[in-house]
Amino acid sequence: MIRLNNVVGTYTTQRGTVNAVEDVSLEIPRGITLGIAGESGCGKSTLMKVLYGDLGFPLALSSGSVDYGFRDEHGQAVTSQNIQKEWFKRISYIPQSSMSSLNPVVRIRDQFVDFPSTSKNKAQVLELVRSYVQKLGLPPESIDAYAHQLSGGMRQRIMVAMATFFRPEIILADEPTTALDVVVQKGILLLLMEVQQEMKNTIVLVSHDMGVHYQITHKMLIMYAAKAVEYADTDAVFGQPLHPYTLMLTNSLPTIGDDRARQGLPGHPPSLWNPPQGCRFAPRCPLATDRCRVHEPPLVEHQPGHFSACHYAENVPELKASLDQAPKLSDIVENAPMFSDIVGSALKVDEVAQ
Amino acid sequence: MKTILKTEHLNKVYRLGSFTRKVSINALNDVNLTITSDEPVIVSLVGESGSGKTTLAKTILRLVEPTSGKAMVYDRVVAGKGQKQGKTEFLRTVQPIFQNPFEAFSRYRTIDSYLYETATRVARLGKDAAIQAMEEALASVGLEYQDVRGKYPNQFSGGELQRASIARALIPRPSLIVADEPVSMIDASRRMIIINLFLLLKQKYKTSFLYITHDLATAYYISDYIAVMHHGSIVEFGQAKQVLSSPQHEYTQLLLDSIPTLTHKWVQQPHSAGGLTPEEASNTRR
Repeated sequence: MIRLNNVVGTYTTQRGTVNAVEDVSLEIPRGITLGIAGESGCGKSTLMKVLYGDLGFPLALSSGSVDYGFRDEHGQAVTSQNIQKEWFKRISYIPQSSMSSLNPVVRIRDQFVDFPSTSKNKAQVLELVRSYVQKLGLPPESIDAYAHQLSGGMRQRIMVAMATFFRPEIILADEPTTALDVVVQKGILLLLMEVQQEMKNTIVLVSHDMGVHYQITHKMLIMYAAKAVEYADTDAVFGQPLHPYTLMLTNSLPTIGDDRARQGLPGHPPSLWNPPQGCRFAPRCPLATDRCRVHEPPLVEHQPGHFSACHYAENVPELKASLDQAPKLSDIVENAPMFSDIVGSALKVDEVAQ
Repeated sequence: MKTILKTEHLNKVYRLGSFTRKVSINALNDVNLTITSDEPVIVSLVGESGSGKTTLAKTILRLVEPTSGKAMVYDRVVAGKGQKQGKTEFLRTVQPIFQNPFEAFSRYRTIDSYLYETATRVARLGKDAAIQAMEEALASVGLEYQDVRGKYPNQFSGGELQRASIARALIPRPSLIVADEPVSMIDASRRMIIINLFLLLKQKYKTSFLYITHDLATAYYISDYIAVMHHGSIVEFGQAKQVLSSPQHEYTQLLLDSIPTLTHKWVQQPHSAGGLTPEEASNTRR
């Protein structure tokens, strides 16, 4: 179990400090895939950096702690202070851009085994690497290549191989498939699922694609403007969300075979320099009242295992039902004035939030 | 029926490499595409990266000269043999929208200067008419001229700047707008605002769109027709809803199967990922 206790991730800039992750408390059970979703700038990548212990200027863990639930070789509990020693061994990271993570002038195999060249068992380890990349669906000779000689999908498989070679307990994947085609993406995601079934590790996956989350995650954390707003089982997040933001996020993109008109999410997330009082989602929320604009809702357990930070969580199913009843696109496009009202209102709200 | 877009045996070969190591890539391989309709249409061009969809767009936009064959917009040849139009005349018929508006506009020029230039040079409007056209075009994408005037690209958000670039493309009232991945730089939650705008502009200005994307879900949502590209050829073309609900070509089926949908979960083949055994792993760890 990984336990996050009131984690605050702060960036120091010339303008001052800004909290990109604010007061996130979370328990991640062992052996599951946790998905983190939210708009750009909501703090999902920063939370990932904090989890990885990649805390250097300008990012700092200004308060709170991360408890990884395992002990190092001296028997001490591993926290953010000493997790760096466990990198690659017990916690590893799959970055978004494989091209900028692999060294372009060193062969893959030499990046794989960062040993002193005199080490005797290098050849032995390379054999293990070869058989391992083969199991991950790569030709064994691909580790003799330079990064640019491989396709994007192959490079990402190499990154998965590097991250999982030592069977780490925790794998952090930050948008691991964003730069890839859907066909290649499916291959990588299925590979991650297979690796997890085999090794029983905990995977934390950041993605902006709700489809990816639905396919491979067990639990989901939805973040909005540096705050955790919903945390529950993936099926519950998609089936019965208890936060209006989650609902609008899952409803913002069309799906094939679904002819309902979609509106996207109007407006902008608030500036983290000057976050609004009360609920940070209130300016964009259809359920917001004066109570929301004054009192910030805490993340509470509304149903067993289902956390949501909303005063009106019980009204969200009603909102979902009304969105499910949205008119068909073909019906409103024919009725042009009504459609232009919808588009116009989305554009105007965008302006107001500026 | 008007022929909105037609390509005849369009080929483009990129030659790379040195004298001794020549590589040629058939980015477009005998592309024949005919779209006829009386009403304005939105045509989606989908395919994986490297399938040639951007090359086809660039050929239609005259940014790439085809190796052979020709492309026609409303029966006028825009690329290839027989192309006679001047550049400004061409830009009055076909206008581009690019993927990344921050790269499409120079950092050192104001956005309204681009709009003004399009209005005066391409649409050949006088000073007052130009400003009126700019105001109208910006209003139709939900921006106000007063808010845009004198601002540089870094003062806009990605969505606003993309809308400004759509407004610029609308000023000459083109009959076809070629939009190359117009929403992939915009946050997923706000993409639909731009997508719905395309639908609205299609009705309001009777503009046809060639929408190039790798996202089949938005293609399904807005397009009337869809063309699936694979290795430089169009492997499937037809009415969007029909192609995506009952795909005929196996590549289209593969694409559709690979989309992470919210309706049904992928079936996982029982197959061992293998790797080191726990003992091996702990022995290999230093």
